[in-house]
Amino acid sequence: MVKLILRDKEYEVKAGMTLLSALKKCNIVPESVIATRNGEMILEDEILNDGDVIKLIAVISGGSAIS
Amino acid sequence: MKCKKCGAKASVNMRQHKLALCKEHYLEWVPEQTERFIKKYGMFTHEEKVLVAVSGGKDSLALWDILHRLGYQADGLYLGLGIDEGVAYSQESQRLAQKFADEHGLVLHVVDIEKEYGQPIPVLSEISHRGHDKPCAVCGLVKRHEMNRIARDLGYAVLATGHNLDDEAAVLFGNTLNWSSEYLLRQGPILPSTEGLARKVKPLCRFYEREMTAYCLLRGIEYIYEECPFAEGSTSIYYKELLNQLENARPGAKLTFYLRFLEARQRGDLFVEQNEGQAHLHPCPRCGQPTSAPGLCSFCRMMEKTQQFDKVN
Repeated sequence: MVKLILRDKEYEVKAGMTLLSALKKCNIVPESVIATRNGEMILEDEILNDGDVIKLIAVISGGSAIS
Repeated sequence: MKCKKCGAKASVNMRQHKLALCKEHYLEWVPEQTERFIKKYGMFTHEEKVLVAVSGGKDSLALWDILHRLGYQADGLYLGLGIDEGVAYSQESQRLAQKFADEHGLVLHVVDIEKEYGQPIPVLSEISHRGHDKPCAVCGLVKRHEMNRIARDLGYAVLATGHNLDDEAAVLFGNTLNWSSEYLLRQGPILPSTEGLARKVKPLCRFYEREMTAYCLLRGIEYIYEECPFAEGSTSIYYKELLNQLENARPGAKLTFYLRFLEARQRGDLFVEQNEGQAHLHPCPRCGQPTSAPGLCSFCRMMEKTQQFDKVN
């Protein structure tokens, strides 16, 4: 299994799928995160291996009034 | 995926540009592009002093880092907003801004709002009853006022903020949904200086938010990751999420949305051009900064209200 961690949430997917497929399976919009494995950034076509822990870094920030 | 420049393993893929780059070439590409945007929009020159609004977040620290690497005279300004909410948010963001400045030998001006005006942002918001149960409106107002005041007082030619394309697209989306013609007329990479207002520029306005996160990670810049405690459920974040869904289905949609708007505005195609003549500004009799209606500006009205509250209590 592969574990994906986004803030305080954890997801598990089967090994062998690409990062893009894993994100879709977890209903995470790929555009809104950057994925790292062992501290290295990985791209959507990366195959995830059994035992991988993928840390997802949220990229959205904001909060000021819209004007 | 391989780097388009050298064929090594790519670290960043920008689907909107059909461009994947390795760490080394990405860290070269970002400053090159920033320099291109600075020149294209006539933001500032190497001879001018730039004040960078630094929050401790990824975008403003990335901007400061890029300008420093490009050799610009860029000092930082940190506004202490006094946001705690049990997580010492302001304290931590100031620590990271100061850490970056110290590590790079840069000048950081720190202004504490509570020391200047007697109350932190959340209390100013409560007293003045501005916004809807959240201090974001007051925070925005105070930041705009103070950044401009300090840039003028300290003699900086230009004030630079770390707004990225996602910030700009979200604002544009909101203003388009509301057909806010006055705001649409003013939005852009550069707001020229006028009587009482310093020139404001957004050198990162054509980079996606994702690209700035990648830049900080690859450069090893430590930034405040946790969101402002008051930002949860904000309209701007909601719009960004919607736009990212669109981007996911149609790569380049956010960039096209923003760039086509700028082009239409430049050509005078927008309906708001008819209102341009009505957008007169008046100097505030107290602080001297321009305001849209005669009399005190919004900031001074709010401060007057908070001072009256202090006297009564």
